[in-house]
Amino acid sequence: MTSLSNPAPAAPDSQVHQKVYGDLDHLAPVPGTAEIPVALKKQWLRDMFLIREFEVRCMQAYQEKKIGGFCHVYIGQEAVAVGCTAAVQHRDPIVTAYRDHGHALARGMDPKYCMAEMFGRIGGCAKGKGGSMHMFDRANNMFGGHGIVGAQTPLGAGLAFACKYMDEVIDGGKNSRVALCFLGDGALNQGAFHEAQNLAGLLDLPVIYVCENNGYSMGTAISRGTTMSHSLVTKALGYGIDGYVIDGMDVLEVYVAMKRIADKCRETSRPAFVDIRTYRFKGHSMSDPRKYRTKDEEDVFEADDPIGKLERHLVGSGAMAAEEFKDMQKAIREQVREAVAWSDASPVPPLSELAHDVFIEPWGEYTGSSQPEITGGAPNLPSCRTIDTQEELL
Amino acid sequence: MSALREIEFRDALREAMSEEMRRDKRVMLMGEEVAQYNGAYKVSKGMLDEFGPRRIIDTPISESGFAGMAIGAAMMGLKPIVEFMSWSFSLVAADPILNNAPKMLYMSGGQFGCPVVFRGNDGAGGQLGSTHSWCVEGLYSNVPGIKIAIPSNPYEAKGLLKSAIRGDDPVFFLESERMLGSKGHVPEEEYLIPFGQARIAREGTDCTLASWGRPVNFCLEAAEELAKQGISCEVIDLRTVRPLDIGTVVRSVKKTSTCVVVDQSWSFGSPGSELAAQVHRHCFDDLDNYVHRVHSADVPTPYATNLEQEYLPNPRRIVEAVRAATYNL
Repeated sequence: MTSLSNPAPAAPDSQVHQKVYGDLDHLAPVPGTAEIPVALKKQWLRDMFLIREFEVRCMQAYQEKKIGGFCHVYIGQEAVAVGCTAAVQHRDPIVTAYRDHGHALARGMDPKYCMAEMFGRIGGCAKGKGGSMHMFDRANNMFGGHGIVGAQTPLGAGLAFACKYMDEVIDGGKNSRVALCFLGDGALNQGAFHEAQNLAGLLDLPVIYVCENNGYSMGTAISRGTTMSHSLVTKALGYGIDGYVIDGMDVLEVYVAMKRIADKCRETSRPAFVDIRTYRFKGHSMSDPRKYRTKDEEDVFEADDPIGKLERHLVGSGAMAAEEFKDMQKAIREQVREAVAWSDASPVPPLSELAHDVFIEPWGEYTGSSQPEITGGAPNLPSCRTIDTQEELL
Repeated sequence: MSALREIEFRDALREAMSEEMRRDKRVMLMGEEVAQYNGAYKVSKGMLDEFGPRRIIDTPISESGFAGMAIGAAMMGLKPIVEFMSWSFSLVAADPILNNAPKMLYMSGGQFGCPVVFRGNDGAGGQLGSTHSWCVEGLYSNVPGIKIAIPSNPYEAKGLLKSAIRGDDPVFFLESERMLGSKGHVPEEEYLIPFGQARIAREGTDCTLASWGRPVNFCLEAAEELAKQGISCEVIDLRTVRPLDIGTVVRSVKKTSTCVVVDQSWSFGSPGSELAAQVHRHCFDDLDNYVHRVHSADVPTPYATNLEQEYLPNPRRIVEAVRAATYNL
């Protein structure tokens, strides 16, 4: 729970400072990093390595032109998705932005569905209609990857609203879920984010805004685009929302802090904002030469690699044999290779898919044409009923 | 008894929402001033008392935020109704309503629907000036994945709104501030009006007038005037522009051989131009004249009363268009 860089200067108002940084002390205790079972740590190491390996193969596939469009890899930020999703329940909904492969995998999506989606194949999680930026997985309560910066932040409020509404208004009980809404630091300057914060604060929505602060919105360093960049939590405080700072390069820290925040959010139905300090080791997208930052800076953060850190912790402490780690890496590499092979073999979507999934209730057979053919007496409108026969609808 | 019942447009809207909320707890209403204020235009009057603050939710002036919130809630399985005080204000919510709602089902490969009804006042009010007078169907009908209903009277409003709420797809429901106080027959018994089925509001033989929403009433006035001049107009109320019931229009035009499209939005790339193009295609050999169109003037909406009236489709302009289209009668 420390900040990696840009340490906050002493706040002028000590009460504000206390509110922002001291709140966690009042939360119910959860295991510290030392008490986390080894089996869990191994699982997270595996999850993070799966994302890393998956993204490496993504970049390769992109170079081979198997993946088109925009592609944003998550390398360096793995501890955030893995630690955050581990800290909540599987039935808690999550939503994120366009750098979304890691969240999908952390949530439990089979890598082959994720890879096939980017390959534009029918086996993809969205049948090849969404692409890299739009990973959806209903079975795993993953409400998307969203391509427009900040667009997912009101959706996150809506997920939380629905959780609470279902439990309290429909079922007459008490809210039991919490929504996780991930966003990049670039989204902090979108109006949608501020509107969502205000609504979440106003309506007591159980949503946690997880700001994955990797220091750059595309090529713009945070201090060049965002006011109060040394203390982002003050933005949440302005909306009556508790804010926290977490070291996003340490999955154990992320888990422990997020578990406490999520438990409190679930219990109180009050939103939270988390500034998770992280770093993307690669460019914004595949075409980014990263000329806006120095190699020295990258080296500093790469030395802080969350995977290497957990590996050293586990192997160094003897909890995991070096051989076991190697076997794990080997198994995951094989799994990702299989995902690529599976995606290569998956057919492209049939052209009939072009006009599917536009409406749940299309009128007649939806053709994807706004100028339908007209045949016979009741042209292309078999689902239409006259008012005289409206009882069919009731 | 019920055959005689006349209620205002706003009452019809309220009845539709209240009936559906009693029927389905997943349905809730959110928007600016919908609860404690009883609705900026009194559409939701009394609903807070009946349903309570958990289901009738006052929002801040934050269209992008609450429109997006409703979409997120709908993805989870709720069926929100979002009231825009004016559709003109929906422009600041363009990203959620155009980028999220219509595309969610498709982008997710069919996994997540988005059953939200966005409703509110559309079109020029009374001297509200350019910023508050949008006819958004001109912009929004271009986007696949949404259904757009534009009722022309209280009966239509109630039946169409109930179908909108009960459906599983996102619906833009465009009302008119100018019509909220107008009265019409609405039976006590429950009824629904399906989408994609036009209504023949007046039968005729010489010219087809195709329209939707408030201008349908101008068409009926014009038809009355034209009847005195010996021209028999068939007035078709499309009810929804997406889906567009082209079949009913085409059947009428094959009978009348002339067609005038009356559309309150601007003419360039509008539902009216789309309808005209489709009529040309399907009735190429039946038409005695090209399809004439009456739109709002291609200028920002003016404030002055006389300019605003001239700007909008009105009975006089419709009569002129019909006479031009049927010059050879």
